[in-house]
Amino acid sequence: MSPEIILALIKPLLVLGLLLTNTIILIWLERKVVAGMQSRVGPDRAGPFGILQTLADAIKLLLKEQILPIKADKAMYLLAPIIALVPSFLIFMIIPLGPGFELTIGEESQFINMVGADINVGVLFFLAISSLAVYSVVLAGWSSGSKYPLLGGVRASAQMISYEAAMGLSLVPIILYSGSMSMSKIVESQSGYLSSPIPIVNSIIGFIPNWNIFPQFLAFGIFFIASIAEVNRAPFDLVEAEQELVGGFHTEYSGFRFAMFFLAEYINMFNMCAITATFFLGGWLGPTFAGVLPPFLSAIMPTIWLGVKTFGLLFVYFWIRATLPRLRYDQLMELGWKRLIPISLIWLMISSIVLGIREFGLPWS
Amino acid sequence: MTDLLLFAIPGLFIILGALIVIFAKNPVHNAMGLVLTLTSLAILYISLNATFVAMVQMLVYAGAVMTLFLFVIMMIGVDKPEQSKEEIKGQKLLISGTLILLVSVVVFIGLENGLNWNLLFPQSQNTFEGTPSLLASAMFTSWVFPFEVISILLIVATTAALALAYEFRKRENND
Repeated sequence: MSPEIILALIKPLLVLGLLLTNTIILIWLERKVVAGMQSRVGPDRAGPFGILQTLADAIKLLLKEQILPIKADKAMYLLAPIIALVPSFLIFMIIPLGPGFELTIGEESQFINMVGADINVGVLFFLAISSLAVYSVVLAGWSSGSKYPLLGGVRASAQMISYEAAMGLSLVPIILYSGSMSMSKIVESQSGYLSSPIPIVNSIIGFIPNWNIFPQFLAFGIFFIASIAEVNRAPFDLVEAEQELVGGFHTEYSGFRFAMFFLAEYINMFNMCAITATFFLGGWLGPTFAGVLPPFLSAIMPTIWLGVKTFGLLFVYFWIRATLPRLRYDQLMELGWKRLIPISLIWLMISSIVLGIREFGLPWS
Repeated sequence: MTDLLLFAIPGLFIILGALIVIFAKNPVHNAMGLVLTLTSLAILYISLNATFVAMVQMLVYAGAVMTLFLFVIMMIGVDKPEQSKEEIKGQKLLISGTLILLVSVVVFIGLENGLNWNLLFPQSQNTFEGTPSLLASAMFTSWVFPFEVISILLIVATTAALALAYEFRKRENND
């Protein structure tokens, strides 16, 4: 077998392992962080600091009976959890985790780039796959044959379509600024520091890294809000609003099928934060401390930086969940269509004009 | 061999999805069959090096249009199964005639080529880097007029839909 095929087989397995382990940590972390913010203790029985709690929950869910509602549409009911999981694993495949390195085993030398698949339309791939995620919620809601899940499903389809538009529009300025739709090119375009043609301004902003969040702060805000809505997290979790819809689209799911939805939600959240970090916070860019640290440590520093940024954003997600109350349905729609989409369109125009002046000069000069 | 597999597997799923669209009784199953067809078509586009077209296909058709389809199907309710009796007179006869015609065309092309079924599309020579920028430069230079006309058409449709819905609601309020 050629090394490319071996790599293509190894990478998905690594991603699978990474995401599953990560989810266990993530759920524990969320419970601890939210508990801390609400002056509670949180899980503390299983293992040190309760870190094995998620594992215990997973085993419980695996062993539980899986109930199939009588009124359920069997094929779609069984398909929905699978449709939920597949896109969440696919999205992670396009996130560049590091700059890539040369691996030499004996005589053979192979360049390994630290990304599952470096496709040239990565941004579109991300949008396309995340738009497929809505099917799982809609199908789960409809096929359960019960009214609360159906309401959750209908809400989900409306919400996800609305916020996808804002999300896509807020990414267009990023594509314009980096001149590419490839994720690794977008990361590379953010290297270096901010610069300005005026020397005094240059000395003030010269130490700030050239991350997209600084020139594109508004796009970052829109993308961040839309991404929370896209993964159905509080304050946009109307899809599974416990107080009104029992459990929303997954009310009728039990046992491991419920666990699959839960898993997909947390993987989606992690993906979304990693993608936000890649688009706006420079991805794996950061000081590698080459020379100070031992070589193998400075080689994995980029991946550590991406992890730090991702977990920072995840902390903000938890923080928002513990702080903000849920939006009402009409408020949610108004925020999406009347605020976020017009603002992102205006911002797109402003950024294109600025970019045009920077590239071609003022129109009258 | 890889080319053939990349063509055959999505091709089979396209046909399977199309059959589900036609034969499934439940509208939601029909819609999901169409999703399967559209997604498999996107994979076929990728195997032809047209990644940009593939992604737009997924984003627009599988992502947005079909979600709206599902939304509408759920809103109007899917409890009643569709009636399977003939709507148009001579429907089955016409369909079987068209089917025979199609099969004979395929057989004719096969015989013309001496049963050499090398009908796989020629792969584009453009590298992966080129697709979005090539498409954009074609669309905004030589085809800019048709492009703008299509956008006007879309705006007309949107405005018409809005006008109809708005009128409807106003009358409802007056009652």
